[in-house]
Amino acid sequence: MPEGKLCNKKPVTTKEELQALLADKSGKQYYEEMNHIDIDRKALWGTIQKSFKSRLKTWLEICSHCGLCAESCFYYLANNRDPQQVPSYKIQKTLGQIIKRKGDVDNAFMQECMDTSYAKCTCCTRCGVYCPFGIDTGIMFSYLRGLLFSQGFVPWEMKIGSGMHRIYRAQMDVTVEDWVDTCEWMAEEYEDDWPGLTIPVDKENADIMYTVNAREPKHYPEDIAEAAILFHVAGENWTVPSEGWEETSLAMFGGDWEACKLQVESVYAAMDRLKPKRMVVTECGHAYRATVIEGPYWAGIKTGKTPVESLHYVEWVAEALRTGKLKIDPSKKIKEPVTYQDSCNYIRNAGLGDIAREIMSYIAEDFREMSPCREHNFCCGGGGGLNGIGRYREQRNIGLKVKRNQILATGAKLVIAPCHNCWDAIRDLEEIYKIGMRWSFLKPLLINMIEVPEHLKPKEE
Amino acid sequence: MYEFVTGPLAWLSFAIFFIGLIVRIVLYIKGLDWKMDRVTYRENVSYGIKGALRSILFWLFPYGSHSWRNNPWFTLWVFLMHFGLLFTPIFLLGHNVLLKERWGISLWTLPEAVADGLTVIVIVSVLFLILRRIALPEVRLITTLYDYLLLAIAVAPFITGFLAYHRAPDYYTWLIAHILCGEIFLIAIPLTKLSHFILFFLSRAQLGMDYGIKRGGMKGKGLAW
Repeated sequence: MPEGKLCNKKPVTTKEELQALLADKSGKQYYEEMNHIDIDRKALWGTIQKSFKSRLKTWLEICSHCGLCAESCFYYLANNRDPQQVPSYKIQKTLGQIIKRKGDVDNAFMQECMDTSYAKCTCCTRCGVYCPFGIDTGIMFSYLRGLLFSQGFVPWEMKIGSGMHRIYRAQMDVTVEDWVDTCEWMAEEYEDDWPGLTIPVDKENADIMYTVNAREPKHYPEDIAEAAILFHVAGENWTVPSEGWEETSLAMFGGDWEACKLQVESVYAAMDRLKPKRMVVTECGHAYRATVIEGPYWAGIKTGKTPVESLHYVEWVAEALRTGKLKIDPSKKIKEPVTYQDSCNYIRNAGLGDIAREIMSYIAEDFREMSPCREHNFCCGGGGGLNGIGRYREQRNIGLKVKRNQILATGAKLVIAPCHNCWDAIRDLEEIYKIGMRWSFLKPLLINMIEVPEHLKPKEE
Repeated sequence: MYEFVTGPLAWLSFAIFFIGLIVRIVLYIKGLDWKMDRVTYRENVSYGIKGALRSILFWLFPYGSHSWRNNPWFTLWVFLMHFGLLFTPIFLLGHNVLLKERWGISLWTLPEAVADGLTVIVIVSVLFLILRRIALPEVRLITTLYDYLLLAIAVAPFITGFLAYHRAPDYYTWLIAHILCGEIFLIAIPLTKLSHFILFFLSRAQLGMDYGIKRGGMKGKGLAW
C-alpha cells in the first residue's frame, strides 16, 4: 500500500518528522505525494460503521433538498449564489457518497472531499440554524475531516498543526521553557510602567488560571502583557500554568481526534495540579470551543464540563466591568462608530452573545450591530483553520466578501474582534479589499480606557 | 376488491406504519451516543428538555423561526400542505363513517366542503413545491427523482380521493385507486424520507439538546431559532 514519506496515514509524532514536513516549502512534495496514496477502504468503512450513528445518519437520510440552507451559507452568497455551494449539495456529494459507496472511493474523490470540507465549509454551523430538520452540515463536515485525516487527506498546515499538538502540546513549537521565559520577559518589560506587575507561574489555588493561544508567546507576546496588566489593575489573584497553557486546537480543525484529546488533557491536568477556582481563556474563539465546549467530551468527562469552571475572556471582561474591578474612564470611551465581530465559536456555539453586548455598553458610545448578528452572524471567512491553509487562499479571499459587506453596511471604521481567527481574517480582508477600517482585540482598547488607581501608577521621579 | 383493500391490506398498511414508526424511534434513540455526539443527554436533562422543546416549537409553527420568516411563500405552502396532509384524512367524514362501520368508533369530522377545500390546497401546495424545485437553481441542483416520487406518493391519495368524491367516471376504480394510494402513503412514511413524520421531532430535539446543553444553553437565553 503506497504511502508518501510526508503525506501518509500516520500522524506526526516526532520532531524529525515535523522538521521534514516544515522543510517542504508550502507542502509541494506533500501534495504531490497525496496524489499517489492509497485508500484503506476497510479501515475507512470500519470507522464509519463505528461512528456514523443516529444523528449523522438521520441528517443525511431525511434531508428533503428544500434548499433553505443555501442562503445561510456565506460561501454560497460570496460565490454569486452558486448552487454548488449549497450546504446540502456539498455534503451529499462528499460524505453522502462515501456512505452510499460504503467507503469504496478513490484518491481523486478523497482529494475532492478534502477540498470541499476545507475550502467550501468553515464548519461555522450556521446552516444548522436555518434547516427545518436541524441538519447541521458544519458538524458533518467536521466528521468528514476526521475520516479524511485518518486516510492521510489533510492540508499540509493542518498535518503540521496536529503534529505540533502531539509533540509540544501547542499548535506551534513553543516549549515550556519558551513560554515561561516569555512570561518573565513580558513582566520585566512592562513593570516600569506598571509597578508591581507580575505574571505568576504555577501558583496554586489562584482565583484564575489564565491560558492562551500559542500565537501569543510566539508572535504577539504583548498580548500576554496586556492580559497581565488588566488582571493587575483588576486586583485579580491569578496565575498561568507552566504546562497546559495552550487552549487552541488545530487538531480539531484537522480532524485528529486523538491529538484533540491529548491537548485538552494537558490543560485539565494543569487545573488538577494548580487547583484554581476558575480558568479564563484568552480572546480566541476556537480555543474556547475546543478546550471548554468540546474538550470535556474528547477527554471522556461525563458531566461534559471542564474540571473547573471556565470562562472566555469576554466573560471575564464583562464581569470585571459589571463588578467595578475595571472602571472605564467615561471621557475615554470609544466615540466613533464601532462594530463587533461575533465569533461563531463562542457566540453561536457557546451562547455568549449577550456578554459581548454588555461589554460594548460599557466601552462604546456608538455601537453598531452587524446584520445579521449574534448567533446568526456570518463566519469571518477564516474559520475552521482556513486562515492558515495556503492551498485554499483564493477561496478564502472570495469568502471574505460577505464580512466586508457586513462591516461596510455598519458604517463603522473600527471592528472589535475578540477571536484570533476573526482578527486575522479581518486584517487580511483590509489588506485585500482596502475598505479603510481598523480592527482590534479588547485588551489594548481596554488598557487605554480604564481608570488606573493612583497606587498602581508609576511614581514620578 | 373493496373488501380486500379495506380489510387485510388496510391492516397490513397500518401495521407497517405504526410498527415502522416505533422502530424508527427506538433505533434513533438507541443510536444516540453522548461521547460521539458530544452532548451529555443524561447528565443535564432539564437543559436538554428545555432546548429540545424550544427547538421543536419554534419550528412547528409557521413563521416561528428566522428561516421560516426569511422564506414567507415557501413557509406558507409547506405549512398548508402539511396541515392538509395530516388533518384531512383523520377528520374526513367518509373515513369516519368507515371507521364507525368497522370498529364502531368515530372522531369529530370536518364539514365536507372544508375537507374538499383542504384537498385542493394540498394539491396546489404540491404543485407549488414542484414548480419551486424546477424554478430555483439552488433547489433544482439538489433535487432528485426520489424527491418528486415522494411528492407524488403524498399527493396521489388526494387527487384520487378528490376524483372519487366528485363521482368522476369509473367511480369504483378511483375509489380503489384512492385506497391503494393511501395505503402506499402509510407504508412509505416509515420506510422513506417521509419518516420525517417522526424524525423531524427527534432530529430537532437532538439539535435542541445540543444547543441547550452544550452550545450555550446553560449560559445564554437559548438560541434564537
